[in-house]
Amino acid sequence: MRDAAAGHKPLVLRAGGTKDFYGRVCCGAILDGRHNTGVISYEPTELVITARAGTSLAEIEQTLAGEGQMLAFEPPYFGEAATLGGAVACGLSGPRRPYTGSVRDFILGVKCLTGRGEILTFGGQVMKNVAGYDVARLMTGALGTLGVLLEVSLKVLPRPEFEISLARNTDAATALGDMNAWAGQPLPLSAACYEGGSLRVRLSGKEVAVRAAWERLRMEEDPEGLAVWQRLREHEHDFFRRDGGALWRLSLPSTTPMPALAGDWLVDWGGAQRWLITAEPVEKIRREASACGGHAMLFRGGDRTGDVFHPLSPVLLALHRRLKEAFDPMHVLNIGRMYREF
Amino acid sequence: MRYMAMPVDRFYEVLPAEAIITGAESLQVYECDALSAYRNLPLCVVMPETVEQIQAVLRICHAEKIPVVARGAGTGLSGGALPVSDGIVLSLARLDRILEIDPARRLARVQPGVRNLSVSEAAAPHGLFYAPDPSSQIACTIGGNVAENSGGVHCLKYGLTVHNITALKIVTIEGDLLEIGSEALDAPGFDLLALLTGSEGMLAVVVEVTLKLLPKPVHHRIILAAYYSVESAGAGVAAIIASGIIPAGLEMMDNAGIRAVEAYVHAGYPVDAAAILLCEIDGVPEEVEEESRRVERILKNTGATEVRVARNREEGERFWAGRKAAFPAVGRIAADYYCMDGTIPRKHIARVLRGIGALSRQFGLGVVNVFHAGDGNLHPLILYDVSVPGELKKAEEFGGRILELCVEAGGTITGEHGVGVEKINQMCVQFNSEELLQFHAIKHAFDAGGLLNPGKAVPTLKRCAEFGAMHVHAGRLPFPDLERF
Repeated sequence: MRDAAAGHKPLVLRAGGTKDFYGRVCCGAILDGRHNTGVISYEPTELVITARAGTSLAEIEQTLAGEGQMLAFEPPYFGEAATLGGAVACGLSGPRRPYTGSVRDFILGVKCLTGRGEILTFGGQVMKNVAGYDVARLMTGALGTLGVLLEVSLKVLPRPEFEISLARNTDAATALGDMNAWAGQPLPLSAACYEGGSLRVRLSGKEVAVRAAWERLRMEEDPEGLAVWQRLREHEHDFFRRDGGALWRLSLPSTTPMPALAGDWLVDWGGAQRWLITAEPVEKIRREASACGGHAMLFRGGDRTGDVFHPLSPVLLALHRRLKEAFDPMHVLNIGRMYREF
Repeated sequence: MRYMAMPVDRFYEVLPAEAIITGAESLQVYECDALSAYRNLPLCVVMPETVEQIQAVLRICHAEKIPVVARGAGTGLSGGALPVSDGIVLSLARLDRILEIDPARRLARVQPGVRNLSVSEAAAPHGLFYAPDPSSQIACTIGGNVAENSGGVHCLKYGLTVHNITALKIVTIEGDLLEIGSEALDAPGFDLLALLTGSEGMLAVVVEVTLKLLPKPVHHRIILAAYYSVESAGAGVAAIIASGIIPAGLEMMDNAGIRAVEAYVHAGYPVDAAAILLCEIDGVPEEVEEESRRVERILKNTGATEVRVARNREEGERFWAGRKAAFPAVGRIAADYYCMDGTIPRKHIARVLRGIGALSRQFGLGVVNVFHAGDGNLHPLILYDVSVPGELKKAEEFGGRILELCVEAGGTITGEHGVGVEKINQMCVQFNSEELLQFHAIKHAFDAGGLLNPGKAVPTLKRCAEFGAMHVHAGRLPFPDLERF
């Protein structure tokens, strides 16, 4: 890192390579994180796991499952080689996200290597910690542009005792209305999606509570079972195999009616995350997302050298550049992976 | 007169005269926050009513290089709102409106001066509530909650402020209005929402907050357990978590706390117990009943000598009343008390409490321990008498040593009260010089002139060097490789 900084030689951070498709194309020598592996500490009664960033997500999840616990943000793998560091750097979360929280909500601390070649530790292994700025969460989803994650501490949760997937046929407007109404009631919801005329919800918790909620919702058990949520999390659902253009992710307020954009839609996160396969022009998609109070990112496909993420206002962009300078003054780390300007 | 210096006069161009407070007597109201051992008078206090006025004030401060200390209700416990002599206090108390409650989206859009509790009150007709509930929630304001990343007794299950907000409007020191986050679940770019939460007024001024509202749990059960050793109470906490239950609240109190509380509110606590645990289970009725039966079994199996399950709401409230009265109860047995706020991994609770006991004997000052046991957040209350010369200093030193004990146990110097001016020296113990410089670099990215809440939250290396020179701990200087001034 110090060599790279001294010679202004850009580095591309990579470990399992399962999320190479994500973000903008960036060039440089590869800094391989695959060998920095291993769980450092895991104490189920503390609800905290600390592991090196190159540890495979599968190993982390198996370790937790052995104690009846889980990563409650259901990080997508997008391939067997997925690592903890990649999951945190990309900041992606699965179907459970609106009900239990995103990856950043579970981050407790990180050890990282900055663009200056310094190894720094922020946050810790405790649930409550307000000493210093929250750099651990700032690093989450920063796509490696601020530092190389070396170790990560995460809060974990007990696995639910019982889960069930329910389904019903309906139209999009009714589905959005129902998903939002249920989220405002004390129900053990852990996922809600709508696609192709089918509204699906997953309930998780104590069996007595799940069964009581099932009765209230008046829905049938989903013939596809719980596996549908795993396919959704990993983009192995049939929807993601369709042709018709690039895959967009629109992050919108959960009650937003379906935007006027042509293409195939899948609604996840109880309405807050909308997947769209479309050939509509980039500007139109961005305009619609902004008008709804959200943002749009080009998730897969399309022009990976253009604006993949929603453009920032000039003042906000300037602030991002100054923060980048604060961590990586020599401009070494994943240059242009998030925005072309840094 | 000092406070009539020319640059400050410019505030009269952008604010009505009644919104500018000057004169030593009027300013005294603002000389401290709830950490009243630290006091200082500002040049003046400004009380804008609109975001535009805040922008105008900050533009003047930026142009004239006037330091700014933002202030909500002044209930903070770490001196974060302590004025600086050459600066102003920017009071956000007049921005006190709930702008919108959106039951469909489960969001509340509020101004920073809105009181924490009033959000849940406004959301209640929709069956919703705002989860973070710091003990000062009757008085403390949302802007201050964001600045401190406030917690409360229900954090283990419902999270801190950072988990319960979705958007901020901030004004930078240059006077720019920025929107951070959105009403969606994420926003493009860096997670500035997280960076700003808990930044103690050092990076920007929060002028609007969008809060997440959660469905109100319909059913509660409160369980009280008495233990004859702190170790077995700690084991009870660990066993509950290990069983897969996340209680809404899980509190511990030591014998000194039990006695103080019992003498004050007669909550019915067993005064001979070494520690009591209070466990609150919430959710739907079926779940609550099953989980509370399991908790009861676990508590007995881990050596609780007595387990009481509240039979009704009134009894549950009485159990809680004791815990909620802990601070005023301690206020009755000591002339003054000093509240600390370290967090530790729960498994070290017995060891840390023994360490605090040893320090208490060493300093000759009493201590009462109340503890958010579920999330490891410890609130030792150091008893002292400010009228006895030297006792305040002794209490502060005792407190500092407790925080160092927390860091040694793998914890942190502050769980929810913030660093402010109070724990600024202990930041030198928790972070090394490179980490502190990284914090300064972040500060510089927002506020290159260092005008926002100067002197708080992050110490200069010079200060750490001076602190280290005075304070050789266990034979090690915190910065062995640092130049001494």
